[in-house]
Amino acid sequence: MTARHALLALAAVSGREAFKFARQKGRLFSALVRPTLWLAVFALGFQNIFGVSIIPPYHTYIEYQEYIVPGLAAMVLLFNGMQSSLAMVYDREMGMMRLLLTAPLPRWYLLFCKLMAGTLLSVLQVYAFFIIATLIGVHVPLQGWLLVLPALVLAGMMLGAIGLLLSVHIRQLENFAGTMNFVIFPMFFISSALYPLWKLEEAGAESVFRIAQVNPFTHAVEAIRFSLYAEPNPLSFCVIGATLIAAFALAVIGYDPQRGLAARRR
Amino acid sequence: MPASIACSKSVFEDPSSPSPPVDAILSLFGVSKSYGSLKALDAVDLEVASGEFVGLLGPNGAGKSTLFQILSGLFVADAGEVRALGYDLRRQPVKALAKIGTVFQQPTLDLDLSARANLRFGALLHGMPARRRLDRIEAEIHRLGLGEQADIPVRNLSGGNRRRVELARALVHEPQVLLMDEATVGLDPASRRGLLEDVRALCAERGVGVLWATHLVDEVERAHKVVILHRGRVLIEGPPRRIANHAGAANIDEAFMAMTGAASSS
Repeated sequence: MTARHALLALAAVSGREAFKFARQKGRLFSALVRPTLWLAVFALGFQNIFGVSIIPPYHTYIEYQEYIVPGLAAMVLLFNGMQSSLAMVYDREMGMMRLLLTAPLPRWYLLFCKLMAGTLLSVLQVYAFFIIATLIGVHVPLQGWLLVLPALVLAGMMLGAIGLLLSVHIRQLENFAGTMNFVIFPMFFISSALYPLWKLEEAGAESVFRIAQVNPFTHAVEAIRFSLYAEPNPLSFCVIGATLIAAFALAVIGYDPQRGLAARRR
Repeated sequence: MPASIACSKSVFEDPSSPSPPVDAILSLFGVSKSYGSLKALDAVDLEVASGEFVGLLGPNGAGKSTLFQILSGLFVADAGEVRALGYDLRRQPVKALAKIGTVFQQPTLDLDLSARANLRFGALLHGMPARRRLDRIEAEIHRLGLGEQADIPVRNLSGGNRRRVELARALVHEPQVLLMDEATVGLDPASRRGLLEDVRALCAERGVGVLWATHLVDEVERAHKVVILHRGRVLIEGPPRRIANHAGAANIDEAFMAMTGAASSS
């Protein structure tokens, strides 16, 4: 595999994903409606119920709407990451996957192309969400727009890799909705997306608190939150990096023609 | 019957001019593959030479699909070896796949893209440099003779033309081996004949070695060589006329019915 070949294939796969996304106008709309509703309705309604004390990375008292922005950005990444893996299942059923996997490129690299293409779309959607948040008057720190990019890319890749790993084990589209319920919702709710974790601890939900602490999605949210406010958060970045590598490696093994689960299937 | 056939295989080999292995651009030695207790392929040997049209004939469930999945690098055989242009498909899949073009049984075109864009996608996956890419795409588009239809979404093309676009995409990187996996399924007789003539011309004009899988005998009547696969095993191989003679049948159609029918009922 030469560098040129690698780049051309990456461009082709990303271009295809972007083209498909551009054609499905409803997809961008629904991708943005979801976090916007949470922000404009849910967060507003709970503004006075959830008092958020001053915790890092915040230096002053902030409104709940501002607190929830990183969590919703991560939610956009989560949904899109899972949707990309849904596309993998669809592609596999529809045969497009065959074309990809018979390209003269190492299999791990083809999966990496898919992962990057999905992440690219995820990150663009998050920025679209930031624009909407700003328009409805929620503060998104200006310097944070750029500083948050590495966190968005890494978190997007991590969630995409988890989706990729799931797609190895999901044979049919019908099974997908169920799996999403067991993956998306627990990941989202048992995390720091909607409330700081100390609230869980204070409420006496010790086990939920512990799970939330090790939930990679919590670290995706926190990496985004700290980056937005220009504060370092090495722990979250390490967790994201390790989860990304582990999930991607397992997905590559899953798609390996010799060792993977796919090998046992017709 | 299998025992007598196995012995008679050598009947077709002309001892005066043993073909040197260099001539075979695609060769399988003892390829086996099982799904659990089901033996999908059992020690299959097969060779395709440059410019040769080899028909792989077998009833449904004979193992043709499994064989093609192995040939196109989707799966790895449990035992045996596959070589394309000297490259082992297990050890050097990337180099081997670069020499192979595949038309799958399932449609794998992007229906929202034009024929030209589908070809571009294939060319990019093969990492073709810009100039060669453009030249090759133009050449194949010209050969397709679709005219203005080359730039409308493939969705609007007839089934026959879609198949021809798939063929063009499989050829865009100028493979020396062409795999056709029941490519005529669902086509009307005229389109079927057209596709067959197209591929036969490729053998003659470009020296492409073709492996054409089908369960329709008429498609391989004029093949250089026919391999009859049944229940994962090669029953017999040779020029169609000789297979007919050997089976004491008037033509290969009768021979095929007699052999697979007899073997099925046993």
